[in-house]
Amino acid sequence: MRFPDYARRKQVDRFATALSAACAFFALAALFAILGYIASKGAAAVNWDFLTQLPKPVGEIGGGIANSIVGTAKIVGLAALLGGPIGILGGIYLSEYASSRTAFWVRYAADALNGVPSIVMGIFAYSIIVLPLKRFSGLAGSIALGVILIPIVLRNTEEFMRLVPRSVREGALALGIPRWKCVLRVALPTAAPGVLTGLLLGISRIAGETAPLIFTAFGNRFWDQGMLHPMASLPLTIYTYAISPYEDWHRQAWAGAFILLMFVLTANILARLLMRRPTGGHS
Amino acid sequence: MIPTIESAVPTEKSEKVSEEERRVILSARALRAGYGAAEILKGVDFPVRERVVTAVIGPSGCGKSTLIRCLNRLHESVPGGWCEGELLLDGEDLLRIDPVLLRRRIGMVFQRPNPFPSMSIRQNVAAGLTLNGVRARRVVDERVERALSDAALFSEVKDRLDESALGLSGGQQQRLCIARALAVEPEVLLLDEPCSALDPIATARIEELLFELKKRLTIVTVTHNMQQAARVSDYTAFLLMGELVECGPTRQVFTRPADKRTEDYITGRFG
Repeated sequence: MRFPDYARRKQVDRFATALSAACAFFALAALFAILGYIASKGAAAVNWDFLTQLPKPVGEIGGGIANSIVGTAKIVGLAALLGGPIGILGGIYLSEYASSRTAFWVRYAADALNGVPSIVMGIFAYSIIVLPLKRFSGLAGSIALGVILIPIVLRNTEEFMRLVPRSVREGALALGIPRWKCVLRVALPTAAPGVLTGLLLGISRIAGETAPLIFTAFGNRFWDQGMLHPMASLPLTIYTYAISPYEDWHRQAWAGAFILLMFVLTANILARLLMRRPTGGHS
Repeated sequence: MIPTIESAVPTEKSEKVSEEERRVILSARALRAGYGAAEILKGVDFPVRERVVTAVIGPSGCGKSTLIRCLNRLHESVPGGWCEGELLLDGEDLLRIDPVLLRRRIGMVFQRPNPFPSMSIRQNVAAGLTLNGVRARRVVDERVERALSDAALFSEVKDRLDESALGLSGGQQQRLCIARALAVEPEVLLLDEPCSALDPIATARIEELLFELKKRLTIVTVTHNMQQAARVSDYTAFLLMGELVECGPTRQVFTRPADKRTEDYITGRFG
């Protein structure tokens, strides 16, 4: 038997493999270019004062972004407390209890919510929190970010709960363990590494969001006076500094971007480490 | 000792004892079950005698698993699963017992070992107790040790009780699952092809175990392996396309089957 076009197919195969390798390399190169560029521009400007001091008045050289770091921690922390549990519990409901009809619509709604531009979330939080309270606040920012976090965590939790094999659930049921306990004490711990990874990735995603904070947390050049008051945050400060006319602020914007990047990178690496633990099935 | 077919098939004498003394502890009458519109069991009468091993044999898809999954009502927990007819446990209507409580009296071991991945060996065996509210550490530890010993696993794992159960071999995992079921102290133990994912040595160990266990509890095991049924069981039920063709003392079913279809299946003419 002869296969006349075998040689040609082999060449096409070689070409296609090379092309996909090139694309993968290009994606990696873009990532490292961004990392490298920000590190080279920003790392030099990071020092102890930058991390621990308040911004100096306009026109004065120096000062830091301590209030932005603390603000981001507070806003993102509260957003995670709001969106995390809703997302995780919703995901559990979706995978364990929802009828396929309900599940379809909840999933559909979550995906739609996931696709809503983040600035729209900002407007939403502005109209339900900022307008009634007549004040910009960290709380409004947390709510905007929390709502963004919900569908991410929900869908991820659902996926990982679904990965828990039926045999594991049946093993628990067969011991005379009630269904809700099988879910919470057997299935959820089995899916936990994946669920937590999704939570961490979601948090690192919202930590970098700027648009939802512009007219919610608003920004603040001093220490904030609590969650119900305007609050500084890293992405907002970077944005403000980057579009300013001052050379020293540009330098600080790079440094802030570097800090934010380090935070996101750390969260991502932590998430990867978590995933190394086996998730369900047999190893 | 690995039991041979000869030693496993009950002698005439013990067969007689079984018939006279072993009362029916669990039974299905006119049991019909299926998923949605599909009927898998079409009216099965199945008696299970106390403290002996009853094997359910039959070709793939004949409803063996469905039958024993009806007995602990796990079949109904699958979406679309339904079952009707009469199921009696010790004279009690099984369908009126809360499934959660029922499953503490009728344990089950599955085809593939299914240890809980997030738990250590100790936690796996203790799961049926700790997750059901038994808190006294001493009681739990004692029962874990006893269950592991009864499952002939204790000596192999006693130094690593707090390690992950996923580190055990397939055969050890399956014995762990048996220990996990035993820790709840059930009256009946259902095994759904417990050896089909195991190698012959691990299989032999499980079979030996059944000999020990039947001294104090009732065992129903599904198998598609007829040699195994002959080796381990006192009674055998032959299921074909959702109907129970024959059920009787293993020796009789294997040597003087009453039904032509049983004979054909056992001699390998089909299935």
